[in-house]
Amino acid sequence: MSKYSVIGTRVHRVDGPEKVTGSAKYTFDLTLPNMLYGKILRSPHPHAKILNIDTSKAEKLIGLKAIVTGKDTIGKKQGIWRRFPELCDEEILCRTKVRYIGDPVAAVAAIDEATAEEALDLIEVEYELLPAVFNPLEAITEEAPQIHEGVELNLNVNRHIEWGNVDDAWKDCDHVREDQFVCSSQAHMCMETHCALASFDYNNKLTVWTSTQSAYYIQALLADMLGIREGDIRVINPYTGGGFGSKFELDSAQFCAALLSQKIRRPVKIVLSREEEFTATKRRTPMYYFLKLGAKKDGTLLAKEVRVITEGGAYTGMGATALYLTGFFSSFPYKYPNYRYDGYRVYTNTEPTSAMRGFGAPQSTFVGESQLDMMAEELGIDPIEIRRKNGMTPNYVVPGQAFIQSCGLHECLDKIEEHIKQRGKLPPNHGIGIASYGFMSGGIFNWFDTSYAFSSAIIRINIDGKVDLFTGANEIGQGSNTTLSMICAEELGVKLDDIRIHSADTGICPADLGAWGSRETLMNGNAVKMAAADAKRQIMEFAAAKLGGNITYDMDIKDRWIHFVDRPERGISYFDVVKEAIRGKDGEVIIGRGHYTPHRKGMISPAYSFGVQAAEVAVDPETGKYKLVNVTTAHESGTVINPVGIEGQLEGAIMMAGGYGYCEDQPMDEGKILNPSIADYKLIRSLDMPETKILEIDTYEPEGPFGAKEAGEGLTNPTAGAIANAVYKAVGVRINTLPITPEKVFSALREKEAKKKKK
Amino acid sequence: MKKELKLTVNGQPYELYVDPKTLLVEALRNLLGLTGTKRGCNCSSCGACTVILNGMAVKSCSILAVQTNGAEVLTVEGLANGAELSPLQKAFLDHGSFQCGFCTPGMLMATTALLAENPKPTKEQIKEGIDGNICRCTGYNSIIRAVTAVVKGEYKEEK
Repeated sequence: MSKYSVIGTRVHRVDGPEKVTGSAKYTFDLTLPNMLYGKILRSPHPHAKILNIDTSKAEKLIGLKAIVTGKDTIGKKQGIWRRFPELCDEEILCRTKVRYIGDPVAAVAAIDEATAEEALDLIEVEYELLPAVFNPLEAITEEAPQIHEGVELNLNVNRHIEWGNVDDAWKDCDHVREDQFVCSSQAHMCMETHCALASFDYNNKLTVWTSTQSAYYIQALLADMLGIREGDIRVINPYTGGGFGSKFELDSAQFCAALLSQKIRRPVKIVLSREEEFTATKRRTPMYYFLKLGAKKDGTLLAKEVRVITEGGAYTGMGATALYLTGFFSSFPYKYPNYRYDGYRVYTNTEPTSAMRGFGAPQSTFVGESQLDMMAEELGIDPIEIRRKNGMTPNYVVPGQAFIQSCGLHECLDKIEEHIKQRGKLPPNHGIGIASYGFMSGGIFNWFDTSYAFSSAIIRINIDGKVDLFTGANEIGQGSNTTLSMICAEELGVKLDDIRIHSADTGICPADLGAWGSRETLMNGNAVKMAAADAKRQIMEFAAAKLGGNITYDMDIKDRWIHFVDRPERGISYFDVVKEAIRGKDGEVIIGRGHYTPHRKGMISPAYSFGVQAAEVAVDPETGKYKLVNVTTAHESGTVINPVGIEGQLEGAIMMAGGYGYCEDQPMDEGKILNPSIADYKLIRSLDMPETKILEIDTYEPEGPFGAKEAGEGLTNPTAGAIANAVYKAVGVRINTLPITPEKVFSALREKEAKKKKK
Repeated sequence: MKKELKLTVNGQPYELYVDPKTLLVEALRNLLGLTGTKRGCNCSSCGACTVILNGMAVKSCSILAVQTNGAEVLTVEGLANGAELSPLQKAFLDHGSFQCGFCTPGMLMATTALLAENPKPTKEQIKEGIDGNICRCTGYNSIIRAVTAVVKGEYKEEK
């Protein structure tokens, strides 16, 4: 039997009853008395100077209440890499120049959406068109137009990671191969588009309800951009209809709604249309990968050299982090003695690229796992075996970068090997491909430059024993409200039903960096556990006085019963003690405080999860069409806090990462995205969804709450690579560019046939 | 000019005056305050706005409100009987068939209509029944498991 009462059990989500009855309120659903509707005018040109914006006709429109342009801002540029002012490059409302199709130039607030839209048509913007560049490989040349003043070769950021001696190592390798890959873009495609409701009152206080992954970031960035104090801004994150990396930077809906409300002093709501969501937010970073890999005959990997050029789009956003992480995770999950990474993020006149679930690692895993299979074939070694030979193990140090404590990669490889064996002989044109992966449990980096702890929690125990848990963590669907409530209940020894969570409201909750980088379970989980332990200690002081007993007796609370550990029948009700404890403190409620910031854990993350995925495809060699038959994942994420949550994360990741491998793409023509609607953006629907199987591996992470670590983003890493390897196994064609569409498979098969005939 | 619209929503008759351009989803959300029904695309591609109109699952963003004159509409708010959840709502809770929850009202309406029409669908028929509804979080399989559990009679409707 589990030693835990709450964690590891199958519970209903704490937000479940509201979400299945339609009573859950999203920003999208909110209205306020006297509220106006905002709309944003965007650039139709990929690169142009703004010569003049004439709003006079629009101003005369009946029902139009406010217009703002770049002239109404304080002229600052924002960015989430606040430590580096040169990377804060986005005005949001452009003052002198637009850099992509979709860049905002003006915003309006009107009595209804139709009037607001009409007003946009009446604003006249005079542009002087500038030459534009769309491909990063071209943008980084001398001939390319300069997108940001003073940025030579449009080079936004470069990153270098190195250990060992790669140049010396090549001569010790028996096999060296060089390969190139292209990773495409992907839309987050949150079901709720970006939206915000801002209310700037006559006390000069701003309240913003918004669909976000980080209420704290939005509070801090709005303060920067409006020139007011953080404390004068309250950001509330109601239920959020998906994030996936798209919603933790300040966006145009939030900024324009706040600015309009500041001007007109009425609540203003802006909801981006689906087309804006596709074309004028941010998206997964396309990457051009140049890989060199060296191995001994026996499969030992000796050296890896990685060069990456990423399409930055018009602004930095979190793209600089993706550039760093794709470089670090290119070494995952293997022990390379010699490793070198050089990454270049290049500005282009396209929609900005930034974070998306996996944060650079789905790209590095697709290219790395594809190339590793190619190497294994060249060496005549089984794909599982080459991974086993080089895979990371517990307590491994990535030189100069990271310290990996728990790691169950080898157990995952064993499970997947068993799964493949059990599957037996495959039907013709079926193939199973595998991919190994690892991911971080939140980032250690603080480019945002905050002095707050990375995660904090406060709990308040009321006189009836009910617990209010206040945390800055953002529930975006990933289940943090449930997971954190479970951690709180477990540590405090009460039932899940005793906890009421209040999350992501900067007016009442302590700061937290938010839901990104797969950080909430470990980081906020640690903060919540610490807060609960703090409160528990206070309760125990009173319980000990009440119960007496020898100093050597250990005491605990379980299922609301405070007792001696060795004599559990000797105890007292949690409720009785709480009531008396509060009376004993002269009526003061019990407050527990907790916080977490990683220390001495290297440069990347305090903990890493690992796994291996096997994808089975069935290819029709006549048409290139293929079906994802089954995706089986052996996965370890430390102690499982919320098993239902992990199942959901894993299956959902397969839908999203399978789509990245199989069909999702954002083709462009001269910087214009050609499929900005759900009708045209192909993603995996229920009929295309493969069977999924989870093989959970037990590990314990010393750094995590109750031994837990991440189980969210990492799961999006393997699928594209596993599909690529599966297609190769099935029909012998290797596709090096994402997505692996039936058209590409068909062309590769024809090419292969033609070559065969020639011979 | 506004037009008169009489319809019944979740058993309650309403008389409204609506702009002829008003979509059913807008009437439900903005005029009746039934914000459970979501809007994800406005082009009947995502299914978030699915409601049941005279017994059939429809995308309420592709229907003009005035077209529903005299009709009976069921939205997610009409599924539970007071505090008692419908079998599908209970099954969704038990199987973790949602995460962000934005597609959930549409999913529930699509599957409610499916089971009303065909109480014993096969797995393939369940998949077809929700193919017009996008869920970006769950990967659908937990939704299929929930519907399957209802089909197997694991959840009894309490009258």
